[in-house]
Amino acid sequence: METINQSRRHFFKVAAAVAGSLTLGVYWDAAQAEEKAAKVAGPGEAGSTELKHGLFEPNAFIRIDPDNTIHIISKHMEMGQGSHTGLSTLIAEEMDADWAQIRTENAPADASRYGNMAFGNIQGTGGSTSMANSYLQMRQAGAAAKVMLVGAAASLWGVPASEITVQKGVVSHASGKKATFGELAEAAQKQAVPATVELKKPEQFVYIGKSDLQRVDIMGKVNGTAQFTQDVQLPNMLTALVAHAPWFGASVKSVDDSATKAVAGVKSVVTLPNAVAVLATDFWSAKKGRDALKITWDDSKAYKGSSADQFAAYQKLAEQAGKETLKEGSAQEALQTAAKTVKAAYSFPYLAHAAMEPMNCVVQLTEQGCELWYGAQLHTIDQMLVGKVLGIDPAQVKINSLYAGGSFGRRGNPASDYILEAVMIAKASPDRVPVKMVWTREDDMRKGYYRPAFYHSLQAGLDQAGNATAWFQRVVGQSIVTGTPMEGMMQNGFDPMSVEGAGEPYAIPHKAIELHTPTDIPVTVQWWRSVGHTHTAYATECFIDEMAHAAGKDPVEFRRPLLKDSPRHLAVLNLAAEKAGWGTALPKGRGRGIAVVKSFNSYVAEVAEVTVKEDGTFSVDRVVVAVDCGVAVNPDVITAQMTGGVGYALSAALGEKITLKDGQVEQSNFHDYTPLRINQMPVVEVHILASQENPSGVGEPGVPPLAPAVANALFAATGKRHYELPLGNKA
Amino acid sequence: MKLMINGQTQELDIAPDMPLLWALRDHAHLTGTKFGCGLAQCGACTVHVDGQPTRACVTPVSAVEGKQITTIEGASQSSKVTQALQAAWLANNVPQCGYCQSGQLMSATALLSQNPKPTDDEINSFMAGNICRCATYQSIKTAIKQAAASLA
Ligand code: FES
Ligand code: FES
Repeated sequence: METINQSRRHFFKVAAAVAGSLTLGVYWDAAQAEEKAAKVAGPGEAGSTELKHGLFEPNAFIRIDPDNTIHIISKHMEMGQGSHTGLSTLIAEEMDADWAQIRTENAPADASRYGNMAFGNIQGTGGSTSMANSYLQMRQAGAAAKVMLVGAAASLWGVPASEITVQKGVVSHASGKKATFGELAEAAQKQAVPATVELKKPEQFVYIGKSDLQRVDIMGKVNGTAQFTQDVQLPNMLTALVAHAPWFGASVKSVDDSATKAVAGVKSVVTLPNAVAVLATDFWSAKKGRDALKITWDDSKAYKGSSADQFAAYQKLAEQAGKETLKEGSAQEALQTAAKTVKAAYSFPYLAHAAMEPMNCVVQLTEQGCELWYGAQLHTIDQMLVGKVLGIDPAQVKINSLYAGGSFGRRGNPASDYILEAVMIAKASPDRVPVKMVWTREDDMRKGYYRPAFYHSLQAGLDQAGNATAWFQRVVGQSIVTGTPMEGMMQNGFDPMSVEGAGEPYAIPHKAIELHTPTDIPVTVQWWRSVGHTHTAYATECFIDEMAHAAGKDPVEFRRPLLKDSPRHLAVLNLAAEKAGWGTALPKGRGRGIAVVKSFNSYVAEVAEVTVKEDGTFSVDRVVVAVDCGVAVNPDVITAQMTGGVGYALSAALGEKITLKDGQVEQSNFHDYTPLRINQMPVVEVHILASQENPSGVGEPGVPPLAPAVANALFAATGKRHYELPLGNKA
Repeated sequence: MKLMINGQTQELDIAPDMPLLWALRDHAHLTGTKFGCGLAQCGACTVHVDGQPTRACVTPVSAVEGKQITTIEGASQSSKVTQALQAAWLANNVPQCGYCQSGQLMSATALLSQNPKPTDDEINSFMAGNICRCATYQSIKTAIKQAAASLA
């Protein structure tokens, strides 16, 4: 399992587009990111559209205006996770820039300059890779710019470069000569790009690791001017609302749009294979028009299953042998001879991402190709798939990437689903005008691409002394990549994301994991903040807790020897326990639970404290987080991501589920798919372990330990286990 | 239809049943007010109507004719309370994706206007109508208390 997780961040690679049929060869190659030297494109490649006089573009990531503004071109999109701030910190650090002169913008789509080195050669954001794959590259870019600025000052002033110092964006020499970056920009543009650069030592850092940096994206987000897709307004733009098929797998049989066409503001109605779109001059007219459509659906191929039946089928599957994904020793035999065995099964519903900004995309078809405005997350995949739909070269798909109002995985869709829908609407529209496709909350909730539903059954063996001897786990659930353009992420015939983290990292001599991957369910599924860990961590960490109690041991004490080969796990476990006051008495009705998970190369332990009230309801009062994510580049961002991860995970753990009845999604909006609200938010304390390891991600790793920590705390308070998520409001 | 938005009268060519949200966004081109649910469930569309926090997504324009409508754009300019909150939002790095934050700030402005020194429980109950999927709740609470202190 370890090797799979190691390569988890090395995502996918676009291999070839053969004779019009697109295949995305996808691979995971652990060596890829290490081998590939950071590419820092040369001068004039920073993607600016107009080259102003006196401008300095040392490379693809930095542009300095004569007015002394440093534009940082971020290859990673900003969806709240703080990557614009993170990447800017790295560049500002090595340049010795003034934080106030930094302006950060999204890179255009061009994988040759802005590829994610953890993803092979595609441009995209996800898998908590932004910091890990940018740490050296952005610092090199900043350091190179600084060398060129210093070189320019040296030649202008006739002094050796070695005598020049730079501090907070001011270049100066002992003689009293001083200049800003902006003043040196024009001269610096003529400097040779250095072949190699020296990076700062950690003790020289002025920004990395400091917690007083303001987020670079913050101003527009407090005064309402930040531009999201929803806010794009273009001349003659029409808004498209879409009526989607009510079942997965259904299609349009016929449409009566006579009432729709009579609605003021409606311009046209276009029919796609499985949807009907209404284009109008504004949202409200489009919505009225959509509500007036009379559509007959062809449900002959529709999926009409229900969640209860699905789980019953999953449970049956779990009784049969599955595809072996891990085998160490002989778990089944060891179970036979164990002094004591423990059994449990867990079920997990489909989950919607429910980003605050529902999915949307603005499309303008042009003579040469197509221009898009949206919170692009997988630029290269989107370009290829859009190119295929339009029959054009992917390079002709121009992407204007905007702030995303949350994503949690959703906007990086392996099939570019909502983007293709917008493009197909624009293509079918009789008017060659910009089209803004807007999903309502209900569309967003019901249109799929959920965290897949899962079922886990587990058995463990303990010896006389209460030591764990065997672990046997069967996992049942749909694959995220099987049958998609990203099938190349499969390993040894299975989707590693279905089982990642299962049974880890405990040193148990006999371990086996088997997987069933149902392929007959057309409900669309996708990565959801922390992917497989969303369910494997719950099953693993709740079951370990159960084993500890079966062994008569404290859950922290029980884990420690099993983590003897995992020092980073152990360190966060111990830190969280210590900070939470593990082992100290709590009043009756209260309980503490712990969980520790490594995901995306970061290590997080969480201790949750709950209070169970007389009426059986409960609250989560406090969550203590200990995180080791390597060098802590932006402590504030790390704290925000851990706290937000706790809130997002608690939201799902308490009340989120997508269920199907006769194939139809039962939830529609925030009244029946109920996100966490401020009054349910626990006090979260984040402790960051000091580390010199390379930085790893923080967007996802705060999520997995939360639900098991809460469930274990409920057990501590009540003696009752929870085998099904969401927990609901009763302890 | 005549609407008084951020202190100015605007003549908009819209149907009376159009929710205020879409009049503001699509017709007055004030896009700071966000669409999150359309069902008075999330608070992203919160504006003030005669000073009262109002969910613009379910308020037809016919109901607000002749009333003072204030959006995040207007409050940023004219409200001392909003400005104090914005300063506290900046100091605490509150936003993540930012999409809910206009609504959070408009609700918080209404809270502090009615109750200059809210307790944690009062913040919880007043702000419970504003969802933040990024779960920035903890820093929202800190920032509201900081703003309250700075206004005192
Ligand atoms: S959009 Fe109005 S409350 Fe959600
Ligand atoms: S900051 Fe993202 S929804 Fe609140």
